[in-house]
Amino acid sequence: MNLTLRVWRQAGPDVPGRFETYEAKNISVDSSFLEMLDTVNEELIDKNEEPIEFMHDCREGICGTCGIMINGQAHGPQAQTSTCQLHMRVFNDGDELILEPWRASGFPVVKDLVVDRSAFDQIIQAGGFITVSTGSAPDANLQPIPKETADIAMDAAACIGCGACVAACPNGAAQLFTSAKLMHLNVLPQGQAERYQRTEGMVEVMEEFFGSCTNMGECEAACPKGISIDFIAAMNRDYRKAKFRNRRSA
Amino acid sequence: MTVLDSRIPDGPLETKWENHKFNMRLVAPGNKRKFDIIVVGTGLAGASAAATLGELGYNVKAFTFHDSPRRAHSISAQGGINAAKSYHGDGDSVFRLFYDTVKGGDYRSREANVYRLADVSNNIIDQCVAQGVPFAREYGGFLDNRSFGGAQVARTFYARGQTGQQLLIGAYQALERQVALKTVEMHTDSEMLDVVVVDGKAAGIIVRNLKTGEISRHSAHAVVLATGGYSNVFYLSTNAMTCNVTAAWRAHRKGAYFGNPCYTQIHPTAIPSNDEFQSKLTLMSESLRNDGRIWVPNDPDETRAAADIPEEDRDYYLERKYPSYGNLAPRDISSRAAKVVVDEGRGIGPLKNGVYLDFAAAIERLGRDTVAERYSNLFEMYERITGENPFETPMRIYPAVHYTMGGLWVDYHLQTTVAGLFALGEANFSDHGANRLGASALMQGLADGYFVLPYTIGDYLAPLLGESKVDTSAAEFDTAEAEVRGRIDQFLSIKGTRSVDWFHRELGKIMWDYCGMERTREGLEKALSEIPALRDEFYADVRILGSGDTLNSSLEKAGRVADFFELGELMCRDALVREESCGGHFRAEHQTDDGEAQRDDSNFAHVTAWEWTGHPSTPNEHREKLEFSTLELAQRSYK
Repeated sequence: MNLTLRVWRQAGPDVPGRFETYEAKNISVDSSFLEMLDTVNEELIDKNEEPIEFMHDCREGICGTCGIMINGQAHGPQAQTSTCQLHMRVFNDGDELILEPWRASGFPVVKDLVVDRSAFDQIIQAGGFITVSTGSAPDANLQPIPKETADIAMDAAACIGCGACVAACPNGAAQLFTSAKLMHLNVLPQGQAERYQRTEGMVEVMEEFFGSCTNMGECEAACPKGISIDFIAAMNRDYRKAKFRNRRSA
Repeated sequence: MTVLDSRIPDGPLETKWENHKFNMRLVAPGNKRKFDIIVVGTGLAGASAAATLGELGYNVKAFTFHDSPRRAHSISAQGGINAAKSYHGDGDSVFRLFYDTVKGGDYRSREANVYRLADVSNNIIDQCVAQGVPFAREYGGFLDNRSFGGAQVARTFYARGQTGQQLLIGAYQALERQVALKTVEMHTDSEMLDVVVVDGKAAGIIVRNLKTGEISRHSAHAVVLATGGYSNVFYLSTNAMTCNVTAAWRAHRKGAYFGNPCYTQIHPTAIPSNDEFQSKLTLMSESLRNDGRIWVPNDPDETRAAADIPEEDRDYYLERKYPSYGNLAPRDISSRAAKVVVDEGRGIGPLKNGVYLDFAAAIERLGRDTVAERYSNLFEMYERITGENPFETPMRIYPAVHYTMGGLWVDYHLQTTVAGLFALGEANFSDHGANRLGASALMQGLADGYFVLPYTIGDYLAPLLGESKVDTSAAEFDTAEAEVRGRIDQFLSIKGTRSVDWFHRELGKIMWDYCGMERTREGLEKALSEIPALRDEFYADVRILGSGDTLNSSLEKAGRVADFFELGELMCRDALVREESCGGHFRAEHQTDDGEAQRDDSNFAHVTAWEWTGHPSTPNEHREKLEFSTLELAQRSYK
């Protein structure tokens, strides 16, 4: 199949970018989206033009590195699919595709389709952990955890930290990411001791970098792991409780 | 040839580690902050080590070339992590895990190391549960287990099909806690390009920031490498695209011996490749073999769809050849068996390059819901890639390079042959011998990082109390930085005609053809003449555009592929001198009458460790004899 790509090219964080048009020719319908970009890059190198920089690593949909806005959709048209898992069979011969980096002020562009997502690590530093020094843990089966609870924690923990939720959000908000990371720990018995400090800490660092949530739901639709916005509601509830509790105990 | 000292402590196997922990020197709590430690890599081994060292009070600098420590390739492990908890009373024990691992590795690993690994496996599960890792549970709230290849007990803990991700997130969160506490200084987008050695001791590293191109120097009292494996030397593997050998290889060139480089694991269940332009292979978890049955048609000219082929025309070859382990035969054996039937012309799929992994029987026995509960995310992943639904039609699978048991040679303390330079996880030559059992990589990475290195590094540091680290203005740092800059300038100035990927693909073909699932003297000798020729061509004709002072992934890849050329040659040389078959190393000249690996214990019960001598074609060979005092060396049988 043959496609026309309009790709955002930007040489560095502080220089203006622009769209460039490239033809992707003779692409196999079985190849992945990123393999299609590999092919375009090989041709660019052949023509002595600098290849397009894009984020990728595992190409199995789990490391969370990849992410491209494809025709305005984070990770493209297929539901619950990261860019690396997108295959060309979902597109049609002759399609024109617009490729942009994640669009959010919390994710500044580094080069071409590559952005800086380090704000996510800072949200984790603000409390996204359970304090347990190595070697101090009791036997793993000492505390039974109901399967339902463990499953909810796992649903939240499935987040791969790709940032599609932020990129898809008209407000550039990071509520889905933050709430997934938060509720994974907040629903588990092990996470109770630090629950409210964790909640307040993470939410407030999130707000330093990202916009506000207005319940648009775009994040859930874009999430490659199908994480539910119910977690945002749970986070809001915990945050309100945290504001009262933390004030009382202060 | 020298004989290497593995520093295995005396005493009975069961108490070696316990006694050794007491005998090793300690650094007092108040003195730990006087020591700086560099940890390179933030996968399971690196993140757990950096977090634990930070907790203990050392000053840690952690480096990853990813944009976040959470992206390391450990994250891709699907199936699970082994531990000898024996929560199900099915006969498991520390000794059985030890036994299975040594046997699974075809008796080419150290008894003492493997016993320690099995022993601390239980602590890992405790630690991870306390961190909030959402392992699968039964309705009573207790932890669930499943079984993996090479074991007759269910000892594998798992978190849906994302065990690696969940364990890594646990270690990453522990690491970020230390970053917030300022015991760990985190350097993301930072690739280590050289180790600096001063007076025979590791003194620091040279790092390039991948986003700005800035080169920086970092010094410390000890350097820990947890930089993963080198499967990408084959170009097509299940490893993430950026996995590479550069950190380990640069350490090798500075004096760290490289152990058993030819030991490569070919995983039996990956999705077969489609065409020339495929960039990587995708693994389907070994856990699928719990319920999936592997078969090919009896007739090479079979044209019917899988579902239309009646039972009597199918060959469930693993169940036939290995009745007691069946579809859960170890990885090396299952992979080779698949190669045999495909070479016989009985492969399936459009390119006849795969075998069926069939869930029809499991769906009938357990119901669709139970099968979905266990494997739905894997089935979805498969469908996204191939466009086929495994509920309707059997999966097509074929072996793919997946893991490398070889790596930097380390002693019982995980120290390389360079004092103060340690290697953890897949980066070391490890505890897996010639073949790793499923769900043991996560176990080893976390064992090294949480429960071994934090003790052994204290023994190295304690006598250094009062000594300051080498200053980064030392001449050795000048030389190392100049070399790094020189290499970058060299790559950018070649201005040839072919891309880095082109060379990588060509190297991969040589490696797969001659140093892959089956090796012969003739093929390896051919590879040893082709690789240096291709390497020369690379240095004359590679084309890298752009500059060194911005993000430039072609430039990054060039350095990694350049190191793969040198490593690839060493792998072939190692495979050539090991005149036996063992585990993942199958020399066609050495097989039993029924086609199984034929070991030669009288001549090859040793680790081969290679020393860099200044040129990739002339390494020196050293050996460490493997002593088996507890287990009897036996021909491996899974029949």
